[in-house]
Amino acid sequence: MVPDDRGGGGLMRADLLVDAVDGLDEALAAVDGFDAALVGGLLRPQPGQAGGLAGLADAVAGTPLASRVAEAADKTAAGAGDEGHFVALAAARTALLGSVHDALTARVEEAIGRPAAADAAGGPVAGDEHAANLCAAARSWLCDLARAGWQGIDHDLVGGAASVVSAMLPDPALRRLATLLDGFAAELAASCPGASLERVPVRRWADLWSRALLLTLPGAGSAPAVGEVTGRLLPLGVDVQEHATAVQAQVHAVFEPSDGGASRLVRASVSAPKPDTVVGAGLWQLLRPHMSLLGAVGEGRSMELDAMPATAEGDLIWDDARARSGEPADAFVTARVALPAAAASAVSPLDRHPARIAVPVLLEGYGVEEAEGDGGLVFEVAGCRIGVDAGRVPAAGPLTLEVVASSGACLGLLRWDAGAFLLQPLAVERTVRKKAVAVHAGAWAGGTTDKAGVRAEKAATDAVKVLRERAGKLLRK
Amino acid sequence: MGDGALSVREKSSTARVVPSARPRKLAKVPFVELADGRLQGVVSSGSDIGRVYVSSVAAGSYAYACSTNNNRPCGGARGSFCNHIRALVGEAVLQYGAERVGRYLKVDAEGAADAHALTSVMTGSRPGPGDGSAAAQVFSRFLRHLAYLELPASTGPLPEMQWFPTTGAVAA
Repeated sequence: MVPDDRGGGGLMRADLLVDAVDGLDEALAAVDGFDAALVGGLLRPQPGQAGGLAGLADAVAGTPLASRVAEAADKTAAGAGDEGHFVALAAARTALLGSVHDALTARVEEAIGRPAAADAAGGPVAGDEHAANLCAAARSWLCDLARAGWQGIDHDLVGGAASVVSAMLPDPALRRLATLLDGFAAELAASCPGASLERVPVRRWADLWSRALLLTLPGAGSAPAVGEVTGRLLPLGVDVQEHATAVQAQVHAVFEPSDGGASRLVRASVSAPKPDTVVGAGLWQLLRPHMSLLGAVGEGRSMELDAMPATAEGDLIWDDARARSGEPADAFVTARVALPAAAASAVSPLDRHPARIAVPVLLEGYGVEEAEGDGGLVFEVAGCRIGVDAGRVPAAGPLTLEVVASSGACLGLLRWDAGAFLLQPLAVERTVRKKAVAVHAGAWAGGTTDKAGVRAEKAATDAVKVLRERAGKLLRK
Repeated sequence: MGDGALSVREKSSTARVVPSARPRKLAKVPFVELADGRLQGVVSSGSDIGRVYVSSVAAGSYAYACSTNNNRPCGGARGSFCNHIRALVGEAVLQYGAERVGRYLKVDAEGAADAHALTSVMTGSRPGPGDGSAAAQVFSRFLRHLAYLELPASTGPLPEMQWFPTTGAVAA
């Protein structure tokens, strides 16, 4: 039972998040069957692997993909799969996970009772074949990987990605694929040789593989701005993502159009390639100069946007020249007052994947328990247990597991992974001497006067200085 | 939901496979990596600011090599590890942790408590000099690594990064 006297943002049907979702297990079983086939490789598939391929084809039998995927599964099971067949299989897997995404998203909307997203965003525009040779090289590498299987990877095979990635990175239009391949190849390299791999991240690598393969197709990675927005941006918090050689910070926010239209949930992103030794506070330093919003988030301010480009998915394409600092805006006030009425945007077909779910929510009145075994935390909400994904909180910030454990309100992103919903904290409120004090994960995004923070900033500045000095001496010879 | 025979790691889309590097000072050893079956990296010369040494230790055999970026052999790396290689091991342990370095180099876990212990185990097995031909490759990997600083930032969204969450609070 959920008491209905709780404040706006705190109301959540947590029971719906732990209940089973119809059809989910069946869809995921078909995905798992295909993923298992990739472990051993598609060069000479064994009967078990053929079963996984056929299962994937069966799962999309009632869709427009049916005949192409059935043929691809047949040929691949016979050890005669080519690039086109692998692309069809990757598309089928992506479509299945798309249906899982949709079911989970519908469940979230029901649980939090917020306006549903508009109809699905249009598919990628079939663009011109940009850098066709590089995309073909990437596709060929990915198909070699699939034939070898995760158990068959070695340094030679994995190293084949390096030249493709190096050639792609400078081209902004290829940044998505390049960044994905770079992170994926680094993981595979760290896991070589595959023959001695004890536990394969089966679903993850199949995710990265199929996504990369689809991104090599013309136009797949394009997400153009469809308009410009003018109004007030009220930040909720910052989500940081990184692999060894890339970082992205995404600010989740409520946007209120100045024309009085309905408010909506938006994201503003900034990303950069990086050397693997730039970490912690160094990540903020890399990103800070390119998005004034990070400073506003750190100071707890809103921003006024003037004709900021935005995509159909609710992503702002940030341009500092189109934003200026606004009034102070407390993220928890935004979450209590503005968030309940903010509508989400539609999700493009390629982005319909459970890993892409990140729904801002406010939780209040929960109990905190330690998770079994791993030292993590669980929120008990109206009798239901929701895991806390504290690992996603950036190192360079004041929000720690201890702070989360002593909190009374949590503003976070609702996510789903490995069969369960999780809450990633963006900020918490706790009561110190009878006053509510907020602690934000992204508090240091724009800089900090915190003692530990200043030390981390100094260390990061020094590291980059050394690398730049070395680069200046060695790269231009 | 979605449960079966698979472990959480096997059915997770966002499990972190490679932990992020730990922060360290870069002046002495600007580049370290565990790659190509070796611990390898670049060590600044103590005397000449324009010179760097390319040093490496092979996993399993601990065969070592050290030379300048102009391919002159390091005078110290005769008969055993030179100071550049010792510094390389030390910084690798700071960046990756002794456990991961020991595992990669196939040093017995008992002896992998810290950089000093790792180095002792390896030099104690009296390794021979390795093939120095990898130096050019290591050096070009270092240059590629530095080139990441020169690439521009972007404010277009990268949805793919959803698969690479940061691991801050846990790693701290």
